Amino acid sequence: MLEQLSDIRERAMAALAAVDSLTALDAWRTEYLGKKSFVTAALKSIGQLPPEDRPVVGKAAHELRLALEAALEEARQRVLALEQERAAQAERVDVTLPGRPATLGRLHPITQILYEIYSIFAEMGFQVYDAPEVETDELNFQLLNLPPDHPARDMWSTFYTTRDGILLRTHTSPGQIRAMRQFCPEPIRVILPGRVYRYEAVTARSESMFHQVEGLAVGPRITMADLKGVLTDFARRLYGEHRQVRFRCSYFPFTEPSMEVDVSCALCDGAGCRVCKHTGWVEIAGAGMVHPQVLRNGGYDPEQFTGFAFGMGPDRIAMLRYGIDDIRYFYSDDLRFLAQF
Amino acid sequence: MRVPLSWLKEYVDITLPVEELAERLTLAGLEVAAIERIGAEWDRDKIFVGEILEVKPHPNADRLVLAVVNYGRGAPMTVVTGAPNIRVGEKGHKVAFATVGARLIDGYSEEKRYMTLKPSKIRGIPSEGMVCSEKELGISDDHEGIILLEDDAPVGVPLADYLGDVVLDIDLTPNLARCLSIIGVAREVAALTGQRARVPDPVAVAEGAPIDGQIEILIEDPDLCNRYSAMLVRDVKIGPSPKWMQRRLTLAGMRPINNIVDVTNYIMLEWGQPLHAFDYDLLRPRRAGGPPAIIVRRAKPGERMTTLDGVDRDLTPEMLLITDGGGPVAIAGVMGGLESEVTEQTRNVLIESANFHAINNRRTSQALKLVSEASIRFSRGIPASRTVPAATRAAELMRTLAGGVVAQGVADNCPVPQEQKTVRLRPEQVGRVLGIDMTADEVKATLERLEFECAPAPDGLDVKVPLHRLDVEIEADLLEEIARMVGYDRIPTTRLRDELPPQRNNPPLELARRVRSALVGCGLYEALTYSFVGAEDQDRLLPPASRADLSVRAVEPGPHLRDMLPCILAADACIRLANPMTPERTTMRTTLLASLLAVTAANLRFTERVNLFEVARVYLPVDDKGLPNEVTHLGIVMTGPRTERSWLTPEPEHQDFFDLKGVVEALMAALGIGDWHVEAAAHPTFHPGRCAHLLVGDKRVGIFGELNPTVRVAWELPEQRVCLLEMDLDAVLGHVSAAVKFQPVSRYPAVVQDMAIVVDETIPAAEVERVIRETGGRLLRNVVLFDVYQGPSIPAGKRSLAYSLTYQSDEKTLTDAEAAKVHNKIVQRLAAVLGAQLRGPSGR
Repeated sequence: MLEQLSDIRERAMAALAAVDSLTALDAWRTEYLGKKSFVTAALKSIGQLPPEDRPVVGKAAHELRLALEAALEEARQRVLALEQERAAQAERVDVTLPGRPATLGRLHPITQILYEIYSIFAEMGFQVYDAPEVETDELNFQLLNLPPDHPARDMWSTFYTTRDGILLRTHTSPGQIRAMRQFCPEPIRVILPGRVYRYEAVTARSESMFHQVEGLAVGPRITMADLKGVLTDFARRLYGEHRQVRFRCSYFPFTEPSMEVDVSCALCDGAGCRVCKHTGWVEIAGAGMVHPQVLRNGGYDPEQFTGFAFGMGPDRIAMLRYGIDDIRYFYSDDLRFLAQF
Repeated sequence: MRVPLSWLKEYVDITLPVEELAERLTLAGLEVAAIERIGAEWDRDKIFVGEILEVKPHPNADRLVLAVVNYGRGAPMTVVTGAPNIRVGEKGHKVAFATVGARLIDGYSEEKRYMTLKPSKIRGIPSEGMVCSEKELGISDDHEGIILLEDDAPVGVPLADYLGDVVLDIDLTPNLARCLSIIGVAREVAALTGQRARVPDPVAVAEGAPIDGQIEILIEDPDLCNRYSAMLVRDVKIGPSPKWMQRRLTLAGMRPINNIVDVTNYIMLEWGQPLHAFDYDLLRPRRAGGPPAIIVRRAKPGERMTTLDGVDRDLTPEMLLITDGGGPVAIAGVMGGLESEVTEQTRNVLIESANFHAINNRRTSQALKLVSEASIRFSRGIPASRTVPAATRAAELMRTLAGGVVAQGVADNCPVPQEQKTVRLRPEQVGRVLGIDMTADEVKATLERLEFECAPAPDGLDVKVPLHRLDVEIEADLLEEIARMVGYDRIPTTRLRDELPPQRNNPPLELARRVRSALVGCGLYEALTYSFVGAEDQDRLLPPASRADLSVRAVEPGPHLRDMLPCILAADACIRLANPMTPERTTMRTTLLASLLAVTAANLRFTERVNLFEVARVYLPVDDKGLPNEVTHLGIVMTGPRTERSWLTPEPEHQDFFDLKGVVEALMAALGIGDWHVEAAAHPTFHPGRCAHLLVGDKRVGIFGELNPTVRVAWELPEQRVCLLEMDLDAVLGHVSAAVKFQPVSRYPAVVQDMAIVVDETIPAAEVERVIRETGGRLLRNVVLFDVYQGPSIPAGKRSLAYSLTYQSDEKTLTDAEAAKVHNKIVQRLAAVLGAQLRGPSGR
């Protein structure tokens, strides 16, 4: 009997080691620990043994049962892990298949540039000021030292409306007068972004509608050196800190002195290329000290206040940054274009 | 302005390499757009000044000749040429001679193509080199004949040394009118390089009878002509001008014509003073027996004349004319008349050197659409002091180049002499405006470089402005000159030290930012479309039958437009462009929808899914003359599959009203707008059963829904649902909450119970939910409508709505019984108020 028990133990343990599924485990339990199993039978039959054998066999059978139960529990953990592994394996996917489409929209590239400009100037204390796009001739031109028939009006090809003295603003500069008239006599630091319009045929290089960002600072102690400082800081933040910034004398009737601002071409690093028309410089802004008459038109006494103003084109900035060679992309709103930014 | 360096050098020394000079000029405001090097490509050891020793006939060809050319290096060479401007028997011509191996431009090629000269045989005769045309040397496109140089051209000198030049092409801003002349540029170069320009005081050898009595000059409108100076040159011989002059004119961009006309153009380019040459003998007197007369006056109504270009022109009384005793002979400062033009027959020439009103001149040239080199200069202003020196120099050149005899004196009528301006400059302003410290002496020295004269004044300097500086009028103008001379690069770079102005919030900007961010999060792309549309575009948002309905299409400007969404305004009541560029962009839009549909149509040609939004202004006229009200709107378009097609969703469903409604809900949540709701709406742009007004508080702020299929067809959109929204963002500004109001999260478990009710299908779901929430009170935390059903098991005219209701308390664990109590109350209330019947409650 004892020998049989010992045999059973060996067989059971060997069989258990081979079990690799919960079904097989169940079958094993039935065979070795079930009602019809040898161990159960042995335990049941103890009563029929001679009394002197009973303790020995009883003990052995009992021990065997405990041992098998313990082994069963151990094997169950092992098989469970195996089963989980198997189930997970069954869910294996081709990770190179495309994902479920998630659609995140995009901001228009010009908006992205505008937001970047806002944030750079915000840190220098310049806040956004909105002004109308349909403007009077008076604000767009006359109060900016451009009386009717001034030759410099040729610098801005203008869309006029059928209404007398009303046009589409050709630049964001009329906002200067509006801001000054609203804030006078406070000091001013604003940027004026928005759409502007030019009577120009639409080509790869010119649009009849585009964006500008005007800047205006007015205060008791503002100098041209400050203007250079603000635009240099701005240019290095937007275009890269190693860019050179150059100030060239220019002409706008509403600023004096006037200047154009260039940065060294990022594409060729100043060596000369197609983008910078082989000059090594890319024009990024027009600027100047606010003309005393314009300050007066805004309500400020030029003996007490000075100011500077500048204007730049986000469309052009976006073209430079992304290497876009045709301005018409911006307002065609082709999704194949918009989706790239 | 094209400035040949050789010409410039007559008036100022060029002390810098050309690139450096160009850079200096550019930084000082004379933007050098291009540096053209004439002759830079000519091989110095292969192309020379040559002399034709003999022209012999070609034995085998009538049209060809053999030219024997001495080029100063070894034996003369014989070349075969077909040039029409040298003939057999001639000799002594100085030519541009290229030897074998020289790189030239192919004279017979349409485009600019380089070739290397090879030895050749033409009709049996070997040709050892080439006498070149302008085209072959890249000087011009002229390939009619070969270049003939001046007789004194030095044989054997590399052509590049003799004929080479550099042309600075300078872009001039309108304030730099003074630099529309070689002398003007020379003054700038001098000031920038620390020199004095050599500006001569012209004299003419005048051996003719005094001009007095030979011409009568009357200025009837001195407000438009403050000076008219004339000189008379008799017995000129019309012919070509000398080659050096022709070359300079060509380099400067003008076409040589004859010695008299060329002299007037030459002086204009050199001095900036446009001149006109009249055939003196064609000028008629005012009265019989009197001398020829010049009368400067405004045109009479209905007057006409034919200008030099052969065009017959209608004149108006705003235009200033030069007339003689018989009628108009020129449009003052714009263009001369055909009748009194200098011709081959001209013997005696009257030189006009006058000063005309800049703005009037500009108006005239604009009205006639006639921009000439003269009008470009007059319209920007010319000093009146310049008429006499320019006329004198012209007369002298006509004497020397056309063999004329100059009448003594100048007939000079000067009703308004030019006054020299004096501007007070306070040196401390230099620091105040420019941010640099300069002493009065430094300021003085700087200005003197530009020929300003400075005298001490009580609080600074009295600065006398040179007569040629019409652009300097006030102190700020002088500050700019100082900055220019110091160099913008030498002005320091500082940070603003001024007080920071009050910083304010900008709610509209913040709102737009939040709207954009929310919609991008919803998967929409941002579009920016044109602010103007075609005249018919907005009307096309309506089916034709609805266009007479004044509740959806306005025809008058006014404040009521603000309440129309979308605002479809008849094009002639909109802000319209007086000078549109194209018919597609004539009208300032009053709704964003037309632009969005156009963009949608364009995109649907290559994709079937378009989800776009735009935040932009519409332009609502408030009356019929003033500025419009510019209101910021949001427009959304969503059409096509809900998701991109993929192996996971091979046939995605198309978006419909509820996709857009979901975006609206997300947007309202993102903006923190709590008190919003929608109402069913009817608008002919939209689908009759799928359109809603968006209300915030009691105010309609938007409209959205699916596009009316009729309108969709009109826009040539494919047959798929198109969802549109337009919303007035300015109208919701006051409702946007910047801060979220925090709701504590209950620590106790919630009880969820479902309910399905059957109600009349006409009862809006929002009404059912309102009753549920109102009745549920504080314990009802969430209401989710999870099923809407109509079908066989539901009586006709009714529908089943199934809700999942979440009950929860902040104070304790709610029992099922407590939840059920509220739940039953809701059921009873729904029955009482809406006639709802319970379909079968079920706990979960």
